[in-house]
Amino acid sequence: MKYMLLITSDAASEAGVPPSRELIAAMGGYNDELIKAGVFLGAEGLRASSSGARVAFHGDEHEIIDGPFTETKELIAGFWIIQASSKEEAVAWAERVPIGSGTIEVRRVVDPSDFDRDDEHVQREVAWRTENEPGFAS
Amino acid sequence: MNTATTHRAIEAVWRIESARLIATLARMVRDVGLAEELAQDALVAALEQWPESGVPRNAGAWLTAIAKRRAIDNWRRQENLQKKYAMLAHDLEQAPDEPDPDAAIDDDLLRLIFISCHPVLAKPARVAMTLRLLCGLSTDEIARAFLVPTATIAQRIVRAKRTLSAANVPFEVPSRSEFPERLGSVLEAVYLVFNEGYSATTGDDWMRPALCQEALRLGRILAELVPKESEVHGLVALMELQASRIGARTTAVGLPILLLDQDRARWDHLQIQRGLAALSRSTSLGALGPYALQAAIAACHASARIPDETDWGQIAALYEALSQLAPSPVVELNRAVAVSMAFGPAAGLDIVDELVAGGTLANYHLLPSVRGDFLAKLGRHAEARVEFERAASLTRNARERTLLLERAVELG
Repeated sequence: MKYMLLITSDAASEAGVPPSRELIAAMGGYNDELIKAGVFLGAEGLRASSSGARVAFHGDEHEIIDGPFTETKELIAGFWIIQASSKEEAVAWAERVPIGSGTIEVRRVVDPSDFDRDDEHVQREVAWRTENEPGFAS
Repeated sequence: MNTATTHRAIEAVWRIESARLIATLARMVRDVGLAEELAQDALVAALEQWPESGVPRNAGAWLTAIAKRRAIDNWRRQENLQKKYAMLAHDLEQAPDEPDPDAAIDDDLLRLIFISCHPVLAKPARVAMTLRLLCGLSTDEIARAFLVPTATIAQRIVRAKRTLSAANVPFEVPSRSEFPERLGSVLEAVYLVFNEGYSATTGDDWMRPALCQEALRLGRILAELVPKESEVHGLVALMELQASRIGARTTAVGLPILLLDQDRARWDHLQIQRGLAALSRSTSLGALGPYALQAAIAACHASARIPDETDWGQIAALYEALSQLAPSPVVELNRAVAVSMAFGPAAGLDIVDELVAGGTLANYHLLPSVRGDFLAKLGRHAEARVEFERAASLTRNARERTLLLERAVELG
């Protein structure tokens, strides 16, 4: 099973302040721990929301809202994807993220087998992906 | 937290910590069986205390401290105390405090991996020890995964520990001269675990498919511990690439879907990328070994956007290389299929006819099945029908038998 660990923004990351050397070292150590345990599948950090945008849909209309966004505590600042055999194991890894304050959200990644493959819409999506998916074969 | 929640949290900590804990203890007490018992004692202590106290922030260190205390108590109880102390004192002199404790644990873990997969152990024992000591699975979970009674696995582990103890296997990374064989034994055990999971079908206990994930995790751990070994990366690549197809290889009701009929959009492309990356690491470290060659074959399929784009010529060449390194009639049969796809059924038939003449796969249903397919494509229908009927009489799978008989009937 794959789990995503999502880390929320704080005022500093939203202000675009680069992380301290200590934090970078601690995060590097944490990533090493994940790699050595054979559970690390991927991770990315996100820039401050000021460099991003949102597309909001209202029926037939949509609008584009440029960042920054104000609700700092609900913004995502980065994520890891790990392999874990249970939610508890993913939580145990989340507990080890070296941060003093903030939140790590643990979410299970949807598995291909979660879909009903006979569903017409799923089949159509699959057909489209087969035709169009870039990087389908690396 | 209620007790059940805490127990699940403890199990999770155990899965993360147990291999390193056992490895550290094994270096201290020089006995893998005893190390595992001490680690289990620490787990029992956690199960008793943590529901009250909560899971400590540094759970791994807590478990290690408890187990070490038990180890010391254990020595005190032993009669040959003096001898043991003398031995330990000697060892401590030989190995002064490690400057880097993390590196020391890595070494211990590597030693534990080598000892769990030691060639003195029979293959099923190696597999059971691997899952128990390195993956932190309980005896019950291993039994469920292998569809055998718990007592069978428990006994297998007890015997394995006894065998290691009787053989006086040192807790060491093997010497350079032994290294290739010993590493081969480790890789074999990991791949056996993987295949046990990969052969599971829908409806099997969820523990069976979970074995693929366990094997992958172990392979990745090993790739970090011995990063210069080409075949370790080759095996990781092979497992990643095969596992990338898990979501596509059965129908909703669990019937197998052949590789070329699989819906490639359902393959796990993140996993394919990791597999290809591991394969390129393997390639950069030297000539391809048997695992890397099999991974390279899997990579040919993974890299084809649609089945028609498959590079069968390359696959045939890789099977050729594989059959030279690790000759086997099954590899030859696969080569025949690749050759027929690349160069036509007549070329494939030549290889299959040699296999038939060799007589080694006489009772293997896929031999007449493949031969029948080539003959049918060549328009030799009467001969093809005989082969499909023969294949149907050899297979033990009812559904496969039906399919083969259908093909025979179609040929009139």
